[in-house]
Amino acid sequence: MDQKFDEATQKELATFLEREQAMAKMQSSIQQLTGICWNKCVTGTPGKYFSSSEQSCLANCVDRFLDSSLFMVKQIEEKRNQGGFS
Amino acid sequence: MAARKEAMMNAVRQEMALQNAQELMNKANESCYAKCVTRPGDSLSSTEQTCLSRCLDRYLDAFTIVSRTYTTRIGKEREARDPAALS
Repeated sequence: MDQKFDEATQKELATFLEREQAMAKMQSSIQQLTGICWNKCVTGTPGKYFSSSEQSCLANCVDRFLDSSLFMVKQIEEKRNQGGFS
Repeated sequence: MAARKEAMMNAVRQEMALQNAQELMNKANESCYAKCVTRPGDSLSSTEQTCLSRCLDRYLDAFTIVSRTYTTRIGKEREARDPAALS
């Protein structure tokens, strides 16, 4: 077990770990968003199925959250360009 | 060596899947407890149990919907930024 991996394998493992880390980050965003959107969209006692309005609320919630995030970045950039931030 | 590499990768994958499942269960429990057990009594009533069981199912549904929407959107954003990098 004390034998080291050869260089090619080390590289492969590094790439693999990078990819897994990116995946983990994405999974954690999805977990966070599930919580946010659950609170916004599922207001009553949970039923046997989701209503179609609950389903579309959840999907819209994700897209609008990402829209907001992009919008915020734009706003900050604009403010910075106008010298609003020093 | 190849076997050792595979074993290592599988261990990482398993650990990731476990973490993800645990986090999902924790969040589902938190959300559903808040929704279903509004005034804790001596034990879980059958109404509370029915609510918890349905709530868990819906939470998993919500995770699936959010997951699908999120990955679709990320794919679109990536495509818009770099149309050549479609893999």
